[in-house]
Amino acid sequence: MKADETLDCIGLYCPIPIYNTANKLKELEKGQVLEVLSDDEGIKEDMPAWCKVTGNELLGIEEEAGQYKVYVKKSE
Amino acid sequence: MPEKVTLVVSSGELDKALAAFNIAIGAASMGMEVSMFFTFWGLNVIKRNEGGIKSKGIMRRMLNFMNRGGSKRLHLSKFHMLGMGTWMMKRLMKDVNFPQLEELMDMAKGMGVKFIACTTTMGMMGIDKEAFIPEVDSFAGVATYLAQARDGKVNLFI
Repeated sequence: MKADETLDCIGLYCPIPIYNTANKLKELEKGQVLEVLSDDEGIKEDMPAWCKVTGNELLGIEEEAGQYKVYVKKSE
Repeated sequence: MPEKVTLVVSSGELDKALAAFNIAIGAASMGMEVSMFFTFWGLNVIKRNEGGIKSKGIMRRMLNFMNRGGSKRLHLSKFHMLGMGTWMMKRLMKDVNFPQLEELMDMAKGMGVKFIACTTTMGMMGIDKEAFIPEVDSFAGVATYLAQARDGKVNLFI
């Protein structure tokens, strides 16, 4: 999936990935896509929950060898 | 109107404080408005780490000597083992790049989380405002807490 920016959260545990995502998204324009890299399995549940509450759109989660690529579209 | 979250932090132990700030930062990252009310032993979390704590009377002086507090002095609720267990847990946190309590407190503050200290405990224990870190937003009682908890979507007692 294509993204405008990438945020590396490899090696970081909750709540840092969503904290970093919230801060990073502030720098993006509405409609832009952020790719979040994480190796914390919790991200699979946490990012959809975060998106639901904040009103941003979760475009998808790709999993490969214990690493996750999460795509969030800034909608709010 | 953002959703409100209130946390009562009544415990002065490292693991409980970590949980409280973890939730506070998560909620703030989700766009919620967070207030943390520190009461009883929880006041130890927001005491400043440097210098002494002044208080009057032998009982209160003794209490504040035994119960100095400050984010750097908190013990684990389990496996403190004269400091060895707590030291080890802090090492393990570093090992997985997890922020130390002081960093979590800075992050929470940066996200606009409000710190409120309970004046009843302060009066009872004989400690005044200068015992606390400057990040404390206000000093108040239960009515202030309840007024916010009434509108709170999430209210937790830790």
